[in-house]
Amino acid sequence: MNLRRIGISLIAPAIGLSISLIATAFILRLIGADVTTVFASMWNYGTSPRAMSLMLNLATIYFLSALAVSIGFKMNLFNIGVNGQYVLGALAGAVVASNLTLPKAASVTVTIITAMFVGALWAGIAAWLKVARGVSEVISTIMLNFIAIGIISYIIVRTSIGTETSLNIRGTKAIPETGMLRGVPFLDPGTPIYGFFFISIFIGIGYWFLLNRTRFGFDLRATGKSATAARTSGVQSNRMIYVTMLLSGAVAGLVGLPYLLGDTGSYTLQFPTDWGFIGIAIALLGRNNPLGIALGAILWAFLDISSGQLVLEGVPREISTIMQGLIVIVVVISYEVVRRYQVKSEQTSVAKALAKQEVSV
Amino acid sequence: MLSITRTITGNGDLTSTVTIAQALVFASPIALAGLAGIWAERAGVINIGLEGMMILGTFGAGWAGWQWGVWAGVLAGVIFGAIGGLLLAVAAVTFGVDQIIAGTAINLLALGLTKFLAILLFTDAPGGGQAQSPPIKGEIPTFTVESIVAPLTSLHEKGIFFISDLAGIVAGLFYNMSLLTIITFMLFVMTSYLLWKTAFGLRLRSAGENPWAADSLGVKVVQFKYAAVVFSGMLAGLGGAYLSIASTIYRNGNTAGRGYIGLATMIFGDWRPGGTAAGALMFGYIDTLRLIDTGNQNVKGLILLGAIILFTIGGIMLRRNKRNSGIGFLILGSVMIGAYFSATSFPPEVAQVAPYITTLLVLATASQNLRPPAADGVPYRKGDHH
Repeated sequence: MNLRRIGISLIAPAIGLSISLIATAFILRLIGADVTTVFASMWNYGTSPRAMSLMLNLATIYFLSALAVSIGFKMNLFNIGVNGQYVLGALAGAVVASNLTLPKAASVTVTIITAMFVGALWAGIAAWLKVARGVSEVISTIMLNFIAIGIISYIIVRTSIGTETSLNIRGTKAIPETGMLRGVPFLDPGTPIYGFFFISIFIGIGYWFLLNRTRFGFDLRATGKSATAARTSGVQSNRMIYVTMLLSGAVAGLVGLPYLLGDTGSYTLQFPTDWGFIGIAIALLGRNNPLGIALGAILWAFLDISSGQLVLEGVPREISTIMQGLIVIVVVISYEVVRRYQVKSEQTSVAKALAKQEVSV
Repeated sequence: MLSITRTITGNGDLTSTVTIAQALVFASPIALAGLAGIWAERAGVINIGLEGMMILGTFGAGWAGWQWGVWAGVLAGVIFGAIGGLLLAVAAVTFGVDQIIAGTAINLLALGLTKFLAILLFTDAPGGGQAQSPPIKGEIPTFTVESIVAPLTSLHEKGIFFISDLAGIVAGLFYNMSLLTIITFMLFVMTSYLLWKTAFGLRLRSAGENPWAADSLGVKVVQFKYAAVVFSGMLAGLGGAYLSIASTIYRNGNTAGRGYIGLATMIFGDWRPGGTAAGALMFGYIDTLRLIDTGNQNVKGLILLGAIILFTIGGIMLRRNKRNSGIGFLILGSVMIGAYFSATSFPPEVAQVAPYITTLLVLATASQNLRPPAADGVPYRKGDHH
């Protein structure tokens, strides 16, 4: 039975992947590129040790972002604000870390806590607006994203927190080497795997445990399935909204840290600001399941990285973005189709069983 | 209120003809996105994909406008937007996928597709680049009614309290008015009429309020939802085309989140055309003041204006016995007054975030009075019970 369930949950992504591969091949043909060469080039480069390391690093970021989104999803809360939460979290982390002179473990811990706190705070505004004022979190988090970007550009451009960095862009003061978490060389000696790769595995396990093995997780999932039923059984839904949004924001606060502490060491104006949206897509692909999310994050990162050398084949690397978009849309549709088929087949099997019973009586 | 602010600050920009005319140009694409939102959501389909459909519109306008002229660009923008709408309809209406999820996926797809096509089609084109199209050929006709603008502008320059401000604003409506802006205005009028005064509109809205009841009365709910969502895509596409035409080229990222802002103006406006247009004008006005700012005085004026508006709302609330909200507004207003007098100038970032904060404030105070369509966002399947 369990095997069957796993099988069914894999059907939809498989269909989605195949359809989007076919569609991509079609697009490539349209622009006159050689389909097999393009795919082979993506595969060859994508499986090289260096690309694999880059891929795992990027996947770490996507994984955390998707995890943050999916905590909300589990309770039917749509946290579109991961973008704003992580940029503010990363900025706060960068400011704190650059002013610390502590041993590495302590410094990194303080940075992590700061970033989580700021992310949670920013998400908390949306939670308050929802609980106290009835504002949909979808729209408030979108507004908060824009406001966060404004705040950051103000802080970096106009206050003394921002300075000229070595890259000739304005950003925060460089974090001392003791505050960084550079990671370990693993597949490729020149490209270490972020230390956060391992931290995020723990966070993934923690997420699974919290949701499936604790009272809180049960309440959360119950509220997501039916808010009225949960309320009747004594769950305080307002408190659940606060806790869920704060948790989601706290995890979101971490999203920028792997890159900050593992790579740049400074929050500059060029820090990427759209990882939150990618997190939404990956949470959808992974069906809010940590393992599914991990696979989705790796797939997404693989497409991002492996398309890096497509210019050599005369194909814009944005073909990978198209593939990602196609995968998301086809996979969500096939999830729905498979679900409908399941419901229908259950209904028929129940009807059959009932009919048999009647005959035997 | 505007005149009071203008008088105190002595800043003529606040109500000048040029400001108002430019504000209309900035407001129109947002207004079109908001109107697109109204169409989809009145039929019960949440359209987060507005941003993606706008992006498709900007691309369509750049691509066709560069080759066959500006009107071909408008048409292509509308068609590209409609394709986005159709995609949302297939996913959300036919397959019943969660609408926010489907919309998010469309945003992703549109972004990737346009960047991809831009590299392919514009890189080698004369005047184009990897991220932008060659200039769009031709111009949309604009109208200036000289007989109205000239006397009103001179009246405006006299600086008389209220009368001059009114003159400046009215003159702005007749100065360099683009035909596309007029079309936008007509689309708003048409929407109010079609959706609220005709049988067609009643049926379409019934699909958003209670599709099951509508179905039992013989309304073809699925067809109405399709029509509404595709038309929504067309409007968003037109909004995108407007953007490209206003900046004379297609450029990656030109929408800059205006689809989401349109969605905010729609909620701001309680899912109705009038309020949506007002919200869009606010965004357009603040944007204009920020961009034409000389010496950072406009933002200062805006802060005073905001304070006066907050005090007025606070006063009204106190009289209506809403003490907590009223006091809240008065405190916010005082903070802004304090900021106004303590600083000589404000950075443009303040104005950059002002519309978003305003939207949040409006939602926070008015959301209990806002009423979205009852079945907004609920997947509908013919024959399902609810």
